[in-house]
Amino acid sequence: MKGFKIVVLAKQVPDTRNVGKDAMKEDGTVNRAVLPAIFNPEDLNALELALRIKDQNPGTEITILTMGPPRAAEIIREAMYRGADKGILITDKRFAGSDTLATSYAISQAVKKINDYDVVIAGRQAIDGDTAQVGPQVAEKLAIPQITYAEELVSINDQKIVIKRRLENGIEVVSCPMPVLITVHSSAPECRPRNAKHLMKFKYAKTALELEEASPIEASLVSERKYLNIQIWTVDDIQADVEWLGLSGSPTKVKNIENVILQAKESKVLTASDGDMNTLVKELIENHTIG
Amino acid sequence: MPNFYTDNEDLRFHLNNPLMKKIVDLKEMNYRDKDKYDYAPQNFEDAMDSYDKVMEIVGDICGNVVAPNAESVDKDGPKVVDNHVVYAKGTQENHEVFRDAGLIGMSLPRKYNGLNFPLLAFTMSAELVTRADAGFTNIWGLQDCAETIHEFASEELKDSFLPRFSTGATAAMSLTEPDAGSDLQAVQLRGSISANYDKETDTWFLNGVKRFITNGDADISLVLARSEEATSDARGLSLFLYDRTSDAVVVRRIENKLGIKGSPTCELVYTNAPAKLIGDRKMGLIKYVMSLMNSARLGIGAQGVGLCEAAYREALSYAKEREQFGKAIIEFPAVYEMLAIMKAKTLASRSLLYETACYTDLYKLYGYVSKERKLENDERAEAKTYQKLADIFTPIVKLFASEYANQNAYDAIQVLGGSGYMKDYPLERIYRDARITSIYEGTSQLQVVAAIRGVDNGGYLAQIREYEKQEITAELNDLKVILGKMTTQFEEAVLLSKAQDNREFIDFHARRLVEMAGNIIMGHLMLINANRSEEYKTYSRVFIKKTAAENRDKLEYIADTTMKDIEAFRQN
Repeated sequence: MKGFKIVVLAKQVPDTRNVGKDAMKEDGTVNRAVLPAIFNPEDLNALELALRIKDQNPGTEITILTMGPPRAAEIIREAMYRGADKGILITDKRFAGSDTLATSYAISQAVKKINDYDVVIAGRQAIDGDTAQVGPQVAEKLAIPQITYAEELVSINDQKIVIKRRLENGIEVVSCPMPVLITVHSSAPECRPRNAKHLMKFKYAKTALELEEASPIEASLVSERKYLNIQIWTVDDIQADVEWLGLSGSPTKVKNIENVILQAKESKVLTASDGDMNTLVKELIENHTIG
Repeated sequence: MPNFYTDNEDLRFHLNNPLMKKIVDLKEMNYRDKDKYDYAPQNFEDAMDSYDKVMEIVGDICGNVVAPNAESVDKDGPKVVDNHVVYAKGTQENHEVFRDAGLIGMSLPRKYNGLNFPLLAFTMSAELVTRADAGFTNIWGLQDCAETIHEFASEELKDSFLPRFSTGATAAMSLTEPDAGSDLQAVQLRGSISANYDKETDTWFLNGVKRFITNGDADISLVLARSEEATSDARGLSLFLYDRTSDAVVVRRIENKLGIKGSPTCELVYTNAPAKLIGDRKMGLIKYVMSLMNSARLGIGAQGVGLCEAAYREALSYAKEREQFGKAIIEFPAVYEMLAIMKAKTLASRSLLYETACYTDLYKLYGYVSKERKLENDERAEAKTYQKLADIFTPIVKLFASEYANQNAYDAIQVLGGSGYMKDYPLERIYRDARITSIYEGTSQLQVVAAIRGVDNGGYLAQIREYEKQEITAELNDLKVILGKMTTQFEEAVLLSKAQDNREFIDFHARRLVEMAGNIIMGHLMLINANRSEEYKTYSRVFIKKTAAENRDKLEYIADTTMKDIEAFRQN
């Protein structure tokens, strides 16, 4: 068995899960400076799905593909510590301001350049935008089938992949020929931990940009060991049309951002008696708050 | 996303123990693996950076997997199904995550798929695991048995068993029997070569019962058994390796314990269980189990320190939030004193723990080096010094860390008041879990028996004199003066005890004498640490002031005791 070629799409995002007071700037945009940059959680679920395919199929190769600023190389290393084989960082100032359409165009160009792949796996959505659009748009641009909301790998062989999908009102098991793009739901298995040996093996993995600041010993290691090279692809490398990138390639325009503070308009005072509790529960069931 | 390593600066401080340079250089044998294994370090700095980053993985797993599982593991516990142990669901998950993270077989050489990590890093991991769930430390920490196999078993056994640890094999030390607890030379389990002894397989067969065996149904067990017929003492005992896949041992029951409920304590029945001899016959108890027990005692030391930290943190966060009489209770002297003492005990026992881990690692490393080349004279001398230090320090690590764990758990519940007594807080579990640490792997009383040698032969005093030579920051000079006085009092106490010319008198006061020495040693270690850490400036003061008063009290007790008094204590 020769294994599969898998591309995992991942994004470095500001950690918006436990935000403090200064998480948002005056103008209502996310204050990236104060929030720690993390591996987008559902992309970790996506990586785990890829790793499970690799567990079952020796010879499988996992490439992490991410688009972002130079520091996004951090999540490529994070993925390597968990079992990914190599990484590509798409970075270029000309990508700045890209919406989901422009982003999916850039990513699809990069996947086309990779060319040899069986499965592309991405998280369902990123916690900074919550659009869930990039995965499906990449599939459309690559003209390959897509399976969204994946929860579990049922089986995979040379002909097809079978995936269990988590839908609002139940589950669905679908089978699909390859190549295919899959987006993974947060209910899928959590990603395995970083592995000590992988960490020690890949901790010096660097992009060409990072190498500029590396110590001589690090630089010589990276030149001796091919797997320590994290590739950087620019607009030119992926042969993208600049018009379709950045602000010019992004039809989505943010018109206005509002800071919404949820406030209770009315309150009720109940006593701790059984009668009051009973009435409240009945009321909540009637207005469909619970039940 | 709590991380139990990065949220505790003191751990990184101890990871950078000044002895680490020597340890890592020896452990890596001039970094000869660097081109052979893609995960081997290039040099000392590279190795230290790796330890630090791997400790972050351990801290992450402890904070985000083991700690959240602790409550359900305590409640569910392991079960016996079809004569074998089935772990609680959370325990199973913890174990799998550690296996996947490559954190089993940490200290083994790379040729056995190990990480070749120093003992300090392994011990620190054990502390981290304990802060999350003390019961799980037993299951995870018993990977330490691999070290005994590595040190004493044949190449053949090492090649076939050691690589299994990296794929998640669990281990157990099967020593205790119904009538052989503290007194292991009474072990009765029979080990005999079969009637149709097959030289090629070289297999022994074990018959009998073991009791109170932690993780007894492990994949790989080290079993103490009587190999020499018609013997009744330690010299008839050998150490064997039993592989669970042989399926010749039945788990008769799992004990229902007060604490560490996630850790299965088993009664085992061996029926013609095939086993391999480790090392030489008759050396089982005399040599191998003694070595095994010393590592295990260091492990319990780590467990004690982890519990100290866990209890202190629970108490501290409650005391800051809980308000009474219009202010947070931490503002009241009665409460802040308790908290400061808890923290001082944690830092003191941790300093002793990691210092001892370094001593132990150093003498063992010289042992491994000596198998490859002849040691230089100064190296041989150093190896001997560290071995002596490890021998007298190990029992006091176990003694103090386990007693402090109990004291901190007790005081932490006191800080929480009525709430602390409720099952709603993890402290009641910490309190129950801590209780075993001063009992198993040799009770506190037996640690004193081992440690009193260091009092008798001047070993502790000699090391105190070494510590006295170290420069310390001038602002703490008053504390160094106090330690000097405490040392004079200790010498006086030893003289008074010996002057009685009666062993019973020394045995009666042995614990006090050992504790006097331990307090001075920990005081010195904290002062030395204060050179590199602000935190130790504060807590060396707390610790030394508190123990100076304790030592005065102990001296007075010893000075005022006559044999007539001891007679009164005898009348039970």
